[in-house]
Amino acid sequence: MTVLSSNLKLENRNSGDSVRSIPADTPGKWDPANCVAQVVRDIPPSGIRKFFDLVSQTKGVISLGVGEPDFVTPWHVREASVYYLEKGHTSYTSNWGMLELREEIVRYLYRRFGLNYQPNNQILVTVGVSEAVDLALRTVLCHGDEVLIPEPCFVSYRPCVKLAGGIPVGVPTKAEDEFRLTAEALQAALTPRSKVLILAFPSNPTGAVMRREHLEAIAEVVRKHNLLVISDEIYAELTYEGKHVSIASLEGMADRVIVMNGFSKAFAMTGWRLGYAAGPAPIIEAMCKIHQYTIMCAPTQAQRAGIEALRNGEPEMQRMIRSYDHRRRMMYRGLQNLGLECFEPQGAFYVFPSIKKTGLSSEEFSERLLMEEKVAVVPGNAFGQCGEGYIRCCYAASARDIEQALQRIDRFINRL
Amino acid sequence: MREILELLEEDGRMRPEEIAVRLGRDVDWVISTLRQLEEEKVILGYKALVNWDRIGGNGVTAIIDVKVTPEREVGFDKVAERIYRFPQVRSVYLMSGTYDLSVVIEGKTMKEVAFFVAEKLATLEFVQGTTTHFVLKKYKQDGVVFEESEKDFRLVVTP
Ligand SMILES: Cc1ncc(COP(=O)(O)O)c(C=O)c1O
Repeated sequence: MTVLSSNLKLENRNSGDSVRSIPADTPGKWDPANCVAQVVRDIPPSGIRKFFDLVSQTKGVISLGVGEPDFVTPWHVREASVYYLEKGHTSYTSNWGMLELREEIVRYLYRRFGLNYQPNNQILVTVGVSEAVDLALRTVLCHGDEVLIPEPCFVSYRPCVKLAGGIPVGVPTKAEDEFRLTAEALQAALTPRSKVLILAFPSNPTGAVMRREHLEAIAEVVRKHNLLVISDEIYAELTYEGKHVSIASLEGMADRVIVMNGFSKAFAMTGWRLGYAAGPAPIIEAMCKIHQYTIMCAPTQAQRAGIEALRNGEPEMQRMIRSYDHRRRMMYRGLQNLGLECFEPQGAFYVFPSIKKTGLSSEEFSERLLMEEKVAVVPGNAFGQCGEGYIRCCYAASARDIEQALQRIDRFINRL
Repeated sequence: MREILELLEEDGRMRPEEIAVRLGRDVDWVISTLRQLEEEKVILGYKALVNWDRIGGNGVTAIIDVKVTPEREVGFDKVAERIYRFPQVRSVYLMSGTYDLSVVIEGKTMKEVAFFVAEKLATLEFVQGTTTHFVLKKYKQDGVVFEESEKDFRLVVTP
């Protein structure tokens, strides 16, 4: 069944009288599983989920498999949220998010990345970048529109594109390009139906970053082919040796980019579920339309915490980033010493070494490493086909755990 | 240099090789910088932070507010020196506010500390008065929380 026909069927079922017109004496056998729409059935189970179950059943595991900070949200942020909770700030906020928060976001985006937005209609506060990505795709995609997705990448882009009726088109990035998207690769993937490019740098899972010159080349293709860019910049602050550049800050690009950012990584606030989209008013307004009917508003407590984080959180943020940077060098150097080929990642908190020389597939390597040495990493193919032959190692782990894990990986490789 | 100090403040036992990797510098640079920091008395020592209460305690700690008449010509520094030379005195700070010196004293018993204050501190000619506060419980010292260990609530594998 195609996406289209399953949707049509749903419409029929919901259009009042037609429901009753089904003859009562010929009901098929009721099976709730049949209720699940084809488009959802077609979404493959997450490779990460599978691995999670495996790791959860094993005791004494050192995990390099997480995708979030190892810091707890700084105390001043937690305290601010508790303060407003005690004062009784427990109601809905504006659909857009509290104006106070949007104003802080506008100031932050200008201060850190030189971006210019209006708080009244260019910023939408969302339930994490996760919601923002989903909203943006649903807002702009029509059936059959193609979305270019540089891979390996965060796991949710492909499913979200499909759910929005679009067609995901993977654009492989390569180790020899340090996993950057190149203008040539982008060009080669274009078709007349290409509508959106999802750009997500610094990258989860590769740790790749795009510097200004790399973005300029991409921007040129984007302008030439009138693509809309969804730029997931959740790891922007976690850029080492240099500063993050947003593609929206390049000449003539602000109107072609939806910037997504949030609090999860830089401010160690994953569980609060708070993020935002910033972009051209007509698109953000349309996104808000969906948001107001499906979500209402982001959690009030989280918004309060977000205001405090943006106002007073930068020193703590810088401290955490310095700490990641130290561990980045530890992990990178350690993996190199083990003889695993990897480029030096300059963003996020991941290293993405090649395990091709072991002759194992990503999944075999990860499973055996888990079983035999109790170290959890994530197989690279969980982030797209072209991640095969790599593993993702997260260094948001204690220095002691990183050292231990490296020793165990060393033992494992030498035994192969 | 500042980064070396920050790392050591967190873990005084970190080896120069480890510091070098974390900072992306070579070991020789770390070793020579450390030597310089020690010579210039920026780094004054490396010690364990002990929670004595865990093994039945190691005496008592008192914080004593001391009001003094500063000595002519040398001011508070000379007075402070007279006080900090006693080995029972762990720290001495010159304070703003209603008293002048804050003196931290450790002793085996409350009596021992009280005696020290009465006999040695209060009797110094430039000391006008003292107020003794005994520490009843330590929650946090030098940035380290004593009782709590923060649990990792994260799921083991996430996207
Ligand atoms: C690239 C990327 N985008 C988005 C997210 C989700 O962020 P949020 O917590 O704001 O929904 C993640 C989380 O792992 C991520 O790695």
